[in-house]
Amino acid sequence: MEFLKRYRLLWIFAGFSVVAAVLRPDIAPRLWQNTASNFLEMLAVIPPIFVLLGLLDVWVPKDTVMKWMGDTSGIIGVALSIVLGASSAGPLYGAFPFAAVMLKKGVRLRNVVVFLSAWATLKVPMFLFELSALGPRFAVTRWLLNLPVILLIGWVVERSMTAEQSESLRDQATALAG
Amino acid sequence: MFTYMMYGLAVFALGASWVKDRQRSRQALRKSWRALNNMLPEFTAILVLVGLVVTLLTPETISRFLGDNSGFLGMIATAFVGAITLIPGFVAFPLAATLLDHGAGIMQIGVFVSTLMMVGVVTAPLEIKYFGKKETLMRNGLSFLLAFAVAYGLGVLV
Repeated sequence: MEFLKRYRLLWIFAGFSVVAAVLRPDIAPRLWQNTASNFLEMLAVIPPIFVLLGLLDVWVPKDTVMKWMGDTSGIIGVALSIVLGASSAGPLYGAFPFAAVMLKKGVRLRNVVVFLSAWATLKVPMFLFELSALGPRFAVTRWLLNLPVILLIGWVVERSMTAEQSESLRDQATALAG
Repeated sequence: MFTYMMYGLAVFALGASWVKDRQRSRQALRKSWRALNNMLPEFTAILVLVGLVVTLLTPETISRFLGDNSGFLGMIATAFVGAITLIPGFVAFPLAATLLDHGAGIMQIGVFVSTLMMVGVVTAPLEIKYFGKKETLMRNGLSFLLAFAVAYGLGVLV
């Protein structure tokens, strides 16, 4: 029962898919194929990410993280967030558990949001793809234009939160970090 | 390729950790499992939803939809399509290139690529679970709006 309740969002979305497959039998095989390949991709990508997360959590001391990426880390903290986010691979949802561990370790909220945004839009593996598909002029210009944009987003998100709000955000993420 | 690198890194790091301190390594793996287990309900739900969205919004559907729209309204429509869909880069970029060849504007493609990468309507339930409604709304909302600024810059510079 507890299990059914915990996964209720899954049952709801699975319900959507079943309805779609019944209404449009022609797309049902592709729907099944796409969903199955999503799960297979997750099974392939997820294990090393979480092993590394657990190791980071026990081996990297909070003081060190706070010194380099915490409240007083300044431009170095921002730069590290960009480098970490941009050197990642994989879809954005892979960044959430990482960001949760960062928050747990005392990384400044602004830097966490910059990290998430850099992961979303500055990822080097994806940039290489963009380079070959859309050409260097487009790809490089977009990458450079996005840089100030993600700094702005990090700054505004942090500024918009009251002290209590950022604290409860940090608590929420910490609870999920494992 | 990058997945293999992640596996290599994880195996190496776990090996080093195991040699140094077994007890601590076990603790790390327990944390890994707990973190994964916390994420699993929303995560599996999103994988199902992405399967549905990708099936309904095929590259052909998207290009047909975007092909008929141009100008500022077209840009807004494109931004919404980009925000809702979650398709991997190796599908999205060739699609964007094809759209450009078929006469779509640089700005339109810019806004599509930007929202595609930065705005995640489908992944919002997971983001809310981790960072709350306010962060999710602010980050996605700002990314959506600023995608237009990026697109405008691209239109002027490229």
